[in-house]
This record gives sequence, structure tokens and C-alpha cells, in this order.
Amino acid sequence: MSRGTELKESPSQTAGPYVHIGCTPNVAGLSMYDGDLGASMKTGPVLGQEITISGIVYDGNGAPVTDAMIEIWQPDAAGLFASANETRGVADPNFTGWGRCPSDPASGAFSFDTVKPGAVPMPDGHMQAPHITVWIVARGINIGLQTRLYFEDEADANQSDPLLKSITDKARIATLIAKRQSEFGFQFDIHLQGPAETVFLEI
Amino acid sequence: MTRDNPDETLNPRDYSWHPDALTPLYKSSLKRSPQAPLLSFPQTLSEQTSPVFGHTQLGELDNNLIQNYAQSGQSAIGPRIVVHGRVLDENGRGVSGALIEVWQANAGGRYRHKNEGYIAPLDPNFGGCGRMISASDGSYHFTTIQPGPYPWPNGGNDWRPAHIHFSIFSHSFAQRLITQMYFEGDPHINLCPIVGTLKSQAAIDALTARLDMQRTIAMDSRAYKFDLVIRGHTQTYFENQKDGH
Repeated sequence: MSRGTELKESPSQTAGPYVHIGCTPNVAGLSMYDGDLGASMKTGPVLGQEITISGIVYDGNGAPVTDAMIEIWQPDAAGLFASANETRGVADPNFTGWGRCPSDPASGAFSFDTVKPGAVPMPDGHMQAPHITVWIVARGINIGLQTRLYFEDEADANQSDPLLKSITDKARIATLIAKRQSEFGFQFDIHLQGPAETVFLEI
Repeated sequence: MTRDNPDETLNPRDYSWHPDALTPLYKSSLKRSPQAPLLSFPQTLSEQTSPVFGHTQLGELDNNLIQNYAQSGQSAIGPRIVVHGRVLDENGRGVSGALIEVWQANAGGRYRHKNEGYIAPLDPNFGGCGRMISASDGSYHFTTIQPGPYPWPNGGNDWRPAHIHFSIFSHSFAQRLITQMYFEGDPHINLCPIVGTLKSQAAIDALTARLDMQRTIAMDSRAYKFDLVIRGHTQTYFENQKDGH
């Protein structure tokens, strides 16, 4: 496979402080459209375990980032994506797999009501631990940051996950593991910089 | 159980072309830039798939910022423009079905946001956001007013060039991108610390829309042309892929 490029990708620019106007206008106070895209990941009764993921994005001073937008993308409980590129089966029709949440303008908190994702294989067939793709933009972030959320209660699967195993500084693996706060609640904080800096991905 | 499907593999992102995370002249990046290198990992289905957006989710006026927040019989104030172009992949192929979301300041350079304190007035008929889905050839267009430049607290007297923010979704989550569009001839472009995060004149040019007299609507609106390029698939995919993907 060779790199086939005639054009350069449009270079990234920061989403700026007002990304919520464009992507979650109703949260930003503009009564627009028919609600905000990504506000709900469920369109009906869903298969699998319903969970809540909560967190805060922190900057290098440890201050909450209150102008961020967080998106998550994941398969359904059976490990199938509600995507045109999913060829292995048909995903739960009541689950979009995609969520978008602005950080709270006062506290910086974000949360998603979703389902625990099923496991998805690598292209070589090796099974990965259940995980969620996370994408973060905000003022001061020049190119969107991508990471993954894994689950504390999947310790065995996490042990053999190819991505987690590829992290050479083992102390940093914990930055990708959502902590179980309650039976169906997980906490996943994101640190843009500093001693607890989240592992971000080039993928 | 080997899934050997190079068809969906995207070209690696060229980080030497994009802005660095830490760009000290843009001060907000100082404490919001990761310091460790990004972890490289092969793409999996998690990155090669993406949510599906359909025309049924969009309203008739979603791509008309002059009208989509205006009271009945009124319209937003400012120079009327059409912004149009194509969503292309790095192989130069039009990308259909991409969701484009845009947001911008009004003609006076003011955003409709509670954190915004610029002295310029709000326009009661202008919200500042729009969205659309690219057509089968990758083309898109929206109608708006040209935003004004505005000052921002970075270096004491910094001004943003007139710009429109763009967010793009395509068929793989790894193609997700947010960027900004500038206007040809704006003297603020080369003075702006955010534009200054770009590493080359070619990168600035790639984000600068050109006046397009061909698409100007006589006695109504000027037109600006702006193509968006997203990550493409590897050459194997380019040679083998089916039409209409």
C-alpha cells in the first residue's frame, strides 16, 4: 500500500471559545434546528448495559476547561458500529454510537448516557478490550485530540489489549481507564497537560 | 478470523503540516497542549467507522445563516455572501454525505455567546451557525453574511481576521476535523497569532477562500470558494474502490 495523496488535508485550526455555537447551539442559548446533534445516543430501548460516563477536562494548571466539546464514538453492546462502514452485521437500531457534549460553562463537567460497548477485533483478528473513542476540542487546542476510554471492570481484557500494551510508560495506562464510581457510572477525566497527562493518539 | 481489509485504511495524518500543539504566540495553547508525543497505533474499526448523518436530520434553512435565526420578514445585516466548494479526500475525489457545521461572528465581529463581551452589537436576526451535507460530487454551499474582524485578549491588541469556523464529519471518525476559513485579501491574516500556528504559506493559502465571480449572484450576493480536504484512503483503496462510496 502506498500513500496516495494529491492534495494536502485541510490544516487544522482551533475550534476557539465558541465551538458550542456551531456544534451545540441549543446548549449555547440559540434555539436552533430540532435540538443538538449527538445530545442523545439512544433513540429507543437499547440492548446491553446502560451506563453513564462523567468527567472533566483539565488544563496544565489543573483548572477545568469550560469551553471544550467532547465527542465519543463506540460500537453497541454486541461490538457493532452504526456506520456505513460496518460490514460485520447490523448494529442496534436504537443506538447511534455517537455522542457530543459541551463541557459545563461553570464546572467543566461533561457526561454521556450510553451503553457499555462490546469488544471489537483488530484488523488481524486480535480482540481488543471494550473501549470508546474520545475526541476533544477547545480554545487553545490547535488540532483535535483523540484518545480512548477503557473500563476499570475489564481488567483481564485490558491486560491483553494491544493499544494499552503498547504504552511503554506503564504508569500512564491508568489515564485511559474509566473508574467505576457506581454500579453503572464511570468517571473519565481528561488531563491535557501535567503529571497526569492523558495518553493521546495518532491513529 | 483475520480481517484483512486495507480498503478502509486512511493515510497517516501529516502532523508536520498541521499546527503544533504548543504555539506560544497563541497563549491559550500554553496550558492546553499535551507535552508527551502522541501514541501511534494502527487504525481499527473504531477509527474507520463514523456516525451516519442524513438529510432528514437537517432543516430547509440550516444552510442559510441570513434567514435561519431571523424573525419573519427580516434578515441578518451585513455583506451577503455564498460560500461554496467541495469536500475532497487527499486523492482529489469528491466526498459525498459529509456533515459540515459552520459558526461565525456577525458583521460587526460579535458572536452570539454569553461569554462574548465585545462592544459591537448583536444582530437580532443573526444566530451565527449553520450546517449542511455534501452532495454526491462532494459539493456544498451556504448563504451568510461576511463576518467582521474582532479584537481578542491574547497579546494586548490582537485582531482576528474575518473567519468562519468549519467542523467536518466524513465516513471514518479518524477523518474528523475542525478548521477555519479566511477571506482573500484580509490584511489581518498575516498578523493573527492563530493563523500564525500554521507552518507555511501553503497552509494559510489552503484556508483562504477566493472571491468567485462565477458563482456571484447578480444584484444579490458575492461568492467565495473554499474546498475542504480530508484524509484519504491508501492508494490500494483508491484503485479498487467502488463508485459511489
